[in-house]
Amino acid sequence: MSALRLDVRKTYKLYIGGNFVRSESGRTLPASSPSGELLDNFCHASRKDLRDAVATARPAAEGWAKKSAYLRGQILYRAAEMLEDRAAAMREEIARSTGAAATQARAEVDLAIDRLVYFAGWTDKFAQVFGAVNPVASSHFNFTIPEPTGVVAALAPDDPSLLPLISLAAPAVLMGNSIVLIASEKYPLPALTFAEILATSDLPGGVINILAGKRSELISHLAGHMDINAIVNASGVEETHRALQAGTAVNLKRYAARPLKAEDWFTEAAENPYWIADTVEFKTAWHPIGL
Amino acid sequence: MMQQTLALPRRVHSIRDTVPTVDQVTVEERAAAFTKRSIKTSAKLAGLKMAVAMMDLTSLEGKDTPGRVAYLCRKALQPIEPKYEVPSCAAVCVYPNMVRHARRFLGERSVVKIASVATGFPSGQYPLRTKLEETRRAVGDGADEIDMVIDRGAFLAGEYARMFDEIAAVKAACGAAHLKVILETGELVTYDNVRLASQIAMEAGGDFIKTSTGKVQPAATMPVTLVMLEAIRDYFFATGLRIGMKPAGGIRTAKQSLAYLVMVKETLGDDWLTPDLFRIGASTLLNDVLMQIVKTVEGNYQNADYFSLS
Repeated sequence: MSALRLDVRKTYKLYIGGNFVRSESGRTLPASSPSGELLDNFCHASRKDLRDAVATARPAAEGWAKKSAYLRGQILYRAAEMLEDRAAAMREEIARSTGAAATQARAEVDLAIDRLVYFAGWTDKFAQVFGAVNPVASSHFNFTIPEPTGVVAALAPDDPSLLPLISLAAPAVLMGNSIVLIASEKYPLPALTFAEILATSDLPGGVINILAGKRSELISHLAGHMDINAIVNASGVEETHRALQAGTAVNLKRYAARPLKAEDWFTEAAENPYWIADTVEFKTAWHPIGL
Repeated sequence: MMQQTLALPRRVHSIRDTVPTVDQVTVEERAAAFTKRSIKTSAKLAGLKMAVAMMDLTSLEGKDTPGRVAYLCRKALQPIEPKYEVPSCAAVCVYPNMVRHARRFLGERSVVKIASVATGFPSGQYPLRTKLEETRRAVGDGADEIDMVIDRGAFLAGEYARMFDEIAAVKAACGAAHLKVILETGELVTYDNVRLASQIAMEAGGDFIKTSTGKVQPAATMPVTLVMLEAIRDYFFATGLRIGMKPAGGIRTAKQSLAYLVMVKETLGDDWLTPDLFRIGASTLLNDVLMQIVKTVEGNYQNADYFSLS
């Protein structure tokens, strides 16, 4: 009987608004292992999938930002728990996609979990550490507090396949933004597997959206999209960097580049709390005080 | 009891007997097919501008003020900066008490018409005398068009003659003003009822038939609009009279508005693709259409924050 059984092969889907959707374009791409063996197919996102992702990320950001900092931390921590639970599957996905050795894949997944926990801790600490009470020369209580900027788009580098994705998503969403992530172009499967893990965490749909496909098709639409408030580019591709800088200069959206080398994502360089500041707005209030 | 049934006026009785029934499955499938058309670039831009020109920009809220109505009129006159060459909306649609404020803002002659809901909007459960008074006052205050609601209670109770007479009486009270008859299809339960109510409304003198008040769910849907369009088509073949159509409520996206235009074109033809015979009643649709127009012209996706409030 087993000889007759056909494998049930999966087509990895995009993660938009908490749902797994096929590309609006109907396109798919094959994902191959480094040795050239076909692993599985995955959906190839079009500019309209980007549009749909931003359209669900906008209302998601509003609801997410209203949750208390403590609750956002708990939810991110829960995502770390779910990743821990599925660590073995994640390790296997990284190993078969990238050809990484088992120890290397283990190191990446472990660090990804730890990094989620690390950033989860910042949710209810960032405002205290980065906000300020400012001395002013009038009868005012003057204070500066961070507020989320809204919808963030982030481009992950090709390698590593998982760790940068989490190191980009966590600092962006922890203060109440939502994010549209463009996964590694070379190794998209681990990112799409991570989406399946996120779907079982308590993160509201639309807060983290993951697209896969070809970066070059999406860049001009990312830069020109008036409903994206900030772009974080970790692709490491010089052309992409220049195109995004030129595009965002026109509409004045925030742009941050993270040109890290592959090995740097495993260091403290990728746990920089100033990354959180890249996607918040600091607002200063003047509150009159008597006498 | 038998005597009572027979006592229905002969004319109205014949309406019920001659109106065809509607095949639910076919009409829903056919309506869904209209959403599959691919409309891109210049055709899309032309379609979107047409949708704006056929829009009744609507505000029907208890919190409406003269200032808000003036804002509505301003937006209907010029929806967006002139460089995008977007036409004015067909009309503003307001409550009777707001008609004079709209008239004061728009002046005596205006490309934007003033439509007023009337006859005990949205329920229609009021005496005929006050309904007629309301209609005459709205017209006297300057309304070009009256959007009346039918008495759904009367219709569902089988009192077709009463419904017919009410519409005819309101039409007489309208004078020169155009009459749109709101069927409130969300409360009529079946497509057969929608078809029958459409026929009665057309025969009683309605210039337009309109799906909904926007206060009841479901409001305008594609299948229900198709049933009404087919009623208009058959009425045209029978009498040579062109009756207008106005879907209202629930049309919120530019894509939906294009699907409705396709449906009108493929059911009634190009003759009906004019604000004189087709309107879309909406409050939030306009900004989505404008965002799509700007997107098509400029090439980048837009953000609602950069558009005036709707």
